[in-house]
Amino acid sequence: MQRIGVFVCWCGTNIAGTVNIEKVIAAAGEMPGVVYAKDYQYMCSAVGQNLVKNTIKEQKLDRVVIASCSPRMHEATFRKTAKVAGLNPYLVEVANIREHCSWIHKNKEEATKKAIALTRAAVAKVALNTALIAGEIGVESRALVIGGGIAGIQTALDIAEAGYEVDIIEKSPSIGGKMAQIDKTFPTLDCSACILTPKMVDVSTHPNINIYTYSELENVKGYVGNFEVTMNQRARSVNMEKCIGCGICTDKCPSKKAKSEFEEGLRNRSAIYTPFPQAIPNVPVIDREACIKFKTGKCGLCETVCPAGAIEFSQEDTKITKKYGAIVVAIGYDIIALDKFGEYAYTNHQDVITSLEFERLTNAAGPTGGKLVRPSDHKKPKKVVFVQCVGSRDKTERGKTYCSKICCMYTAKHAMLIRDKYPDIETYVFYIDVRTPGKNFDEFHRRAVEEYGVNYIKGMVGKIFPDGEKLQVHGVDALTGDTIKIDADMVVLAAATKAKEDAEDLGRKLSISTDTNNFFTEAHPKLKPVETHCAGIYLAGACQGPKDIPETVAQASGAAAKAIGLLSKDKLVNNPCISEVDEKICSGCLACTKICPYDAITSKVITFNDHGKITKRVVAQVNKALCQGCGGCTVACRPGAIDIKGFTNKQILAEVDALCR
Amino acid sequence: MTRVKVIPENKKNIIDKIIEMSGENIRDCMQCGKCSAGCPASDGMDLLPHQVIRLLQLGQIDRIVESKSIWNCASCFTCAQRCPRNIDIANIMEAIRLTIIRCVGNSRLKADDVPSKVDCKMPQQAIVSGFRKYNK
Repeated sequence: MQRIGVFVCWCGTNIAGTVNIEKVIAAAGEMPGVVYAKDYQYMCSAVGQNLVKNTIKEQKLDRVVIASCSPRMHEATFRKTAKVAGLNPYLVEVANIREHCSWIHKNKEEATKKAIALTRAAVAKVALNTALIAGEIGVESRALVIGGGIAGIQTALDIAEAGYEVDIIEKSPSIGGKMAQIDKTFPTLDCSACILTPKMVDVSTHPNINIYTYSELENVKGYVGNFEVTMNQRARSVNMEKCIGCGICTDKCPSKKAKSEFEEGLRNRSAIYTPFPQAIPNVPVIDREACIKFKTGKCGLCETVCPAGAIEFSQEDTKITKKYGAIVVAIGYDIIALDKFGEYAYTNHQDVITSLEFERLTNAAGPTGGKLVRPSDHKKPKKVVFVQCVGSRDKTERGKTYCSKICCMYTAKHAMLIRDKYPDIETYVFYIDVRTPGKNFDEFHRRAVEEYGVNYIKGMVGKIFPDGEKLQVHGVDALTGDTIKIDADMVVLAAATKAKEDAEDLGRKLSISTDTNNFFTEAHPKLKPVETHCAGIYLAGACQGPKDIPETVAQASGAAAKAIGLLSKDKLVNNPCISEVDEKICSGCLACTKICPYDAITSKVITFNDHGKITKRVVAQVNKALCQGCGGCTVACRPGAIDIKGFTNKQILAEVDALCR
Repeated sequence: MTRVKVIPENKKNIIDKIIEMSGENIRDCMQCGKCSAGCPASDGMDLLPHQVIRLLQLGQIDRIVESKSIWNCASCFTCAQRCPRNIDIANIMEAIRLTIIRCVGNSRLKADDVPSKVDCKMPQQAIVSGFRKYNK
């Protein structure tokens, strides 16, 4: 006869407030195989765990049921406790009487009944548990960072510094991301390029870092410690080895009508181009949609002028497949399109710009050389109006429900920069709330008001329309209740941030989840902010939610630390709850191989002795390292030959029987 | 300035009625003022639309009733179109107007009188609407 011990946790009043613990204990004592039942206020505490440990030894328990919170919370804790007491950790079952019972019910009597039923099911299951031993898998000591913005750069540098190989994969022709476009950074107003470009150079020269630009992730196979990633390196049409980065090709290129992505469309670029002078790698790419040679077959001027003979029109996309132990996702963010906000006239007036366009306008390396002029007539503006929350905190389908977080600070920065350079320009900021939590952030905003004389107006702008050379801005001061009109020369809109368009698609490739706004979901909002639900995949930067540079860098280092922790292990412990084929029953239909999402099932031929006759037969075979224990195959298996260890059909049915009793 | 009581007891019903009639959640409003900023009728208003919503949130219905604003609203729905919180302010204005109309004067139309007033030339909707306005 088995010796099962049942431990019921109060979880303070979390469980004990709704469930009559005494009754559960009494009922548990009556269950078949149970020799001991005991309660405690906090079973997960050191005292509670000691109680479990000591009881296992004293009562010679061979199986344990813990009736407490969700197994997601503390299953690992109690398995460890059992292991210390000399019991196989897989002989422990958790009955979830908190999330599945006390938290969702109000009636104590009903909840107690349900808690008893859940405990009974766990007891029935644990009686059929067998001792399982976890296997080990190796770890590929190389990391992949997806995205080459400041988040990806910081992550890669930290991992590389720890002595591990890192590859960065970046979609655009250069690393640098949004930070490379920005002029100054808040709250210190230091030049963004001056702090970013040295890091970009560090990345490109680090012996442990490999950069794949103009490349996209195509598919991911494998599992923690052993990811197999295929990426598509798009044809650059320029030989990276031969190019010396002289820039003659970009100067001579006759096709100069493509909008520069880096300059936010404020300047045109040639068909063969480097996004910006400090680009890394400093090798141009040919935009095949704009290139005359690719469109008409005539031209090839770049090939003629290139002193290094680096132009290769015949280049094709190449597929690269590599193995990685850990993956960090750092694909960043974008800003929303403003075409739905007709009242702000963004799409039909050149002098209504987004904040990112303003960054380029005020940047010394930008299209105007840092001189603030109106994009329409290149005249210096006299009045500049800033509108915050354009699409942020917006419940309609035009915008995003969340606060974009960075706009209050960068708008204060923009207004301050104008007032600093041109004290004669009037600046107005329309805001709903100013949100500036962060070290020296509110002081920064107050400085804009107090020292630089930026006019902050609490209220929104209702309409912007051209009026001669001016832009009429109709707004409101919600505090005085006055409607306001300003004859502005330029309007800067703080457009809401949004997740990258391809975030959801990438999430699907990596099997990590995204939230309703397509930002990647962290494993726990407080305690696991850089992990995802998929082991070995971590998050850094604004792809997880709107974030400023300091926060992004901090998270990037956090993700790097997690990746380093994983890469530093020689072996990882495998989950032993994986599928197992009963070769005697398997009919060899191989339906399981088709359903397996991890490609963990293959076939093999076995010979067996059938009443003296030797026959050969095909059966399914599970790769123990690849199987993740999802259970798909057990459902697909028609003869019922596959079982998940720890969750066998017998065990599940015993649970159901116990619940129905 | 006198101190006011936030959501006075005796005003709860009428505010609930306005919310029910309009079907809008006034708690969604975060007082950004976009409705007022773009309102083409704001010139003749002593209370701006966002202030009307704020007073509703505070239960100060009397001050709304005293103001001209609700009668100046032309129901052009510009505010509803642009509100970032998806509140149909024009709808609320209409609900306030209806509530006020229903509160003033005597009950001039009784259910029993309706059959005698039915005229085949009069649209049914007019009777229903008249019943709404003139029955307490």
